[in-house]
Amino acid sequence: MTGELALLGFGPEGWGLPLTRATGMTLAAAVCGFALGAAFGIGGAALKLSRRAVLRGVGQVYTTLFRGVPEILVVYLFYFGGSIALTQVMNLGGFPGFFSLPSFVIGVLAIGIVSGAYQTEAFRAAFLRLDRGQLEAAAACGMSPALRLRRIVAPQALRFALPALGNIWQSVLKETSLLSVIGLTELLRQAGIAAGSTRQPLLFYGVAALVFLSIGKLTGAGLARLERHLARPWSR
Amino acid sequence: MDWAFLLETTRQLLSGVPLALQLAVLSLGAGMVLAVGIHAAAVSGIAPLRWIAAAHVDLFRGTPLLVQIFFIYYGLGQVPAIRDSALWPFLREPYWCAVLALALNTSAYTAEIIRGALAAVPPGEVEAARACGMSGLLLRRRIVWPIALRHGLPVYGSEAILMVKATSLTSIITLTEVTGIAHKLISSTYRVVEIFVAAGAIYLAMTFALTLALSLAERRLGAHLSHRRS
Repeated sequence: MTGELALLGFGPEGWGLPLTRATGMTLAAAVCGFALGAAFGIGGAALKLSRRAVLRGVGQVYTTLFRGVPEILVVYLFYFGGSIALTQVMNLGGFPGFFSLPSFVIGVLAIGIVSGAYQTEAFRAAFLRLDRGQLEAAAACGMSPALRLRRIVAPQALRFALPALGNIWQSVLKETSLLSVIGLTELLRQAGIAAGSTRQPLLFYGVAALVFLSIGKLTGAGLARLERHLARPWSR
Repeated sequence: MDWAFLLETTRQLLSGVPLALQLAVLSLGAGMVLAVGIHAAAVSGIAPLRWIAAAHVDLFRGTPLLVQIFFIYYGLGQVPAIRDSALWPFLREPYWCAVLALALNTSAYTAEIIRGALAAVPPGEVEAARACGMSGLLLRRRIVWPIALRHGLPVYGSEAILMVKATSLTSIITLTEVTGIAHKLISSTYRVVEIFVAAGAIYLAMTFALTLALSLAERRLGAHLSHRRS
């Protein structure tokens, strides 16, 4: 037991420092992927709510495709596809050889696009729950579209979307483990490296699982508080 | 677009479909059996059973499926008791590790779906049935289970679709289902876009067929309520 504790500690034998760094990498990938997904999600919701049938069609294809295809295939598409495209561009530019994009960038892009498809539905449903009368009243008061968005639409839509966004955040956090297959040293890959060199897979995969569980629980509690905070103006 | 290559790729990828479906069906079936047991434990009068059920649901919903697969595939072999047990010939195989991981994972989600479906049964209907003199199994068979099934089926449908997509992760422990074949083809031909299009179309077709079957089942189960709509 003390031997195992030393393996997880910060001493010369210990994997504490690499695991902590990998936890940071997991968090960074999840936060960046989720933020990029929010941008895609708001854009996707705007497409799906557009008056133009063509734009609605584009939004529909986007959400159907990226919610229906396994995330790992999307990760492969961006990883191999991105490297091949970059290599072709560099070779054309007179730099021979093979080039590959950093796996962090690829991973954040893949997670952002997939979670954006799910966030599209969250934002779209939240926008549809807004009271039409309020939007008309704001327009009648002479508010510009940007002001309406900032004062009327965004605060309420965010509140309506938050429970669904919380669920999406939890799956984004878990999806970052897929980035281990393209060589990003996040929690799962670091646990795998440690498990391989110490021959203690049970210990290290167990630790990785517990770290994922704790991050999910902590951020979940934070999101629940945020939900209560945003609901305050409506509660009396 | 090279149509001959696309056609040949699709043909090769389709050979992985039976394995993917087999994994999904086996793990959904085993997961359902487990989930019924977990739900029974979660509502039992024995506190330790309730704790185990709650811990199971928390653990398998709160950690990535890939971590669960690795824990089972690489981790279990480290335990001498398992290596010496009668189960080892199974747990040595990536196939059975994948089924075990997928089944345990979906059992946690399914237990929550069962809980939600049973909670959605209106208490008034149960009271009315009791007033008519029904109780025990008769009450469940005639009133509770049919209503819960109608509530739970749409949610369970999304879980089944997630499981079909989740079988793609088993390619990482060497199973050659659709994604495993796609990865092999990508690394040998480097024609990413065509292979992604073909593999994506196969997954979309599988989930579309599942959605269609579920909406048919939903319509049949709710046939006597159809006059309430529209």
